[in-house]
Amino acid sequence: MLLRISDLSARVAGKEILKGINLEVEAGEVHAIMGPNGSGKSTLAQVLAGREDYEVTGGSVLFEGRDLLALPAEERARAGLFLGFQYPVEIPGVNNVYLLKAALNAKRKVAGEPEVDAYEFLALIKQKMKLMQMSETFLTRGVNEGFSGGEKKRNEVLQMLVLEPKLAILDETDSGLDIDALKVVSTGVNSLRDSKRAVVLVTHYQRLLDYIVPDKVHVLSAGRILKSGDRSLALELERRGYDWVKESKVA
Amino acid sequence: MSSKSQDVEALIGQKYRHGFVTDIESDSLPPGLDEDVVRAISLKKKEPAFLLDWRLKAFQHWQTMQEPTWAHVHYKPIDYQDISYYSAPRAPQNAPKSIDEVDPKLLATYAKLGVPLHERARLAGVAVDAVFDSVSVATTFKEKLGKAGVIFCSFSDAVRDHPQLIERYLGSVVPPGDNFFAALNSAVFSDGSFVYVPPGVRCPMELSTYFRINAAKTGQFERTLIVAGEGASVSYLEGCTAPMRDENQLHAAVVELIALDDAQIKYSTVQNWYPGDENGLGGIYNFVTKRGECRGRNSKISWTQVETGSAITWKYPSCVLKGENSIGEFYSVAVANNYQQADTGTKMIHIGRNTKSTIVSKGISAGHAENTYRGLVKILPSAAGARNFTQCDSLLMGAKCAAHTFPYMEVKNPTATVEHEASTSKIGEDQLFYCLQRGIGAEDAVNMIVSGFCKVVFKELPMEFAVEAQNLLSVSLEGAVG
Repeated sequence: MLLRISDLSARVAGKEILKGINLEVEAGEVHAIMGPNGSGKSTLAQVLAGREDYEVTGGSVLFEGRDLLALPAEERARAGLFLGFQYPVEIPGVNNVYLLKAALNAKRKVAGEPEVDAYEFLALIKQKMKLMQMSETFLTRGVNEGFSGGEKKRNEVLQMLVLEPKLAILDETDSGLDIDALKVVSTGVNSLRDSKRAVVLVTHYQRLLDYIVPDKVHVLSAGRILKSGDRSLALELERRGYDWVKESKVA
Repeated sequence: MSSKSQDVEALIGQKYRHGFVTDIESDSLPPGLDEDVVRAISLKKKEPAFLLDWRLKAFQHWQTMQEPTWAHVHYKPIDYQDISYYSAPRAPQNAPKSIDEVDPKLLATYAKLGVPLHERARLAGVAVDAVFDSVSVATTFKEKLGKAGVIFCSFSDAVRDHPQLIERYLGSVVPPGDNFFAALNSAVFSDGSFVYVPPGVRCPMELSTYFRINAAKTGQFERTLIVAGEGASVSYLEGCTAPMRDENQLHAAVVELIALDDAQIKYSTVQNWYPGDENGLGGIYNFVTKRGECRGRNSKISWTQVETGSAITWKYPSCVLKGENSIGEFYSVAVANNYQQADTGTKMIHIGRNTKSTIVSKGISAGHAENTYRGLVKILPSAAGARNFTQCDSLLMGAKCAAHTFPYMEVKNPTATVEHEASTSKIGEDQLFYCLQRGIGAEDAVNMIVSGFCKVVFKELPMEFAVEAQNLLSVSLEGAVG
């Protein structure tokens, strides 16, 4: 089991957001977590990544059998957990490639590998940029500095492709993308799919799942997973809306 | 949230590395200041009459002046009678003739500081004039510079060997009565550096002065005077440190730069005076007047400063743009941590036609520090076609520090163009978390974010200095975010 979340609850600024989440993700799987605004989707992503403003009040998370919640954020990342941010932040003056190289080296260090060779790295990143249809001017720009919304999301996926995480959590990576960009981003994510890795997609829209086909779909509402199913659940949600899940749960 | 800002603060809470005291016998005047002290300093230095007169006039003027209170800094009143105005390392017999005669303990001090004095200096291609307390200890590379016709020596030597140049240029940019601290300096300055680059000469190496305050209860009052003749150019570096002491020490320096027609002067400072401890005890009071005059047409003066030290910094390196088409630049990174207070900025006075100035100021505040940018852009009626661009950005780390910006503009010519951009940002918890989530440790992440913030200024520094500045910055802010 790659990820096992048991009865996880968490609060932000004193407010209980997650109220007992249970979720199991096997290597090789793609899961989609859907749900209305304010249901706790992003909070779940941030808690798993280790953001300190989010206070875990109960439950446990095992990542490859390790107690994930005991690790600081940077160690979770080095262990192979990647969060694609909903709103990637700008870091002016810090070169995009420099940050990515530092990130890769931090991960390699923990794995006992030597620092990446500069030429190899450049070749690797150029190859991935091509896949993401990003111009080489991104090599010299600051991290997300002056990027459009779509460029920021592509850059997130680029980073994911270079870092090759075991578990990628993509928080609304599809929001704000036009259909062409959505296809590019999906191609990037699909290229990472293999039997050793898993992807958790956090999204509002079924549309993304036409391009990245999930193995499992979960509906999150008011801090709990109300319903889980396969791909067809997403289609049904689109047709009937989230209220349908809430009502059928009550009934 | 709270644990995060504590980590930030822990990361910033880095110890001062240059806080050692060198045990050297020194020849000091007892604390106190009156006309006799001024005379005694002048006598010790065997100065010509014009200079003694100049000092005495400055002293008389100083007595009529009030310490300025407009800066955004707070400190207990300075007792000017409790400071010794002269302290010199006692040499076996008078001044050393060459570097081999310099007290080895002193040289060891500089080695500890990483000053490239001896052979290392030649390798680095830097000529160093090291000022220890009040006296200039050794100037390297006099000969090589001499061949190019460049004069680079201690101020005292210049007074002895080139009195006509001193008399002509001293006080011509910063008059003795310019301000309270400049007047005090003019009365009691004990040494400093002098540079003269003759017309048409491009100085063959970077020139460098290293200042260190060692003795207790001493003030340091050095003067630097740099003159670049027609078509000459020179790049000058200045570095500063002081031992850790519980009491505050006063540093009131004056720097004057003069660029004649087509001349260029680049003046870079890495200031790392002792900032006081994490409770705000001790540290250097740095009240410095720095001003350059682009006297000739097409001349250029560029100030770059990285200010990480001092308990209080009061400093406004300025340019008076007299010559037509002359250019003034000011690039600054000012870091204030713990209880440090910095009030720094620049003045660009446009007098000549088509004069141009650029101001880029980056302020970083952490701990309980107060960091103020204060700048004046003044365009006189004569300055047709003048242009200024100002950018000042502030970065806040933690919740207890503050940043202030006071930009003043006086535009008296309608053809002038003045632009001002300003921003204040908090070192993002978001930026930090972004880096952490990519596996980058907190300390590296902070260094990365801060360096990115300062990048435009660092690229103005000479290469070796840029590296030192970067290191200094990471030391000053080590432990800054978590």
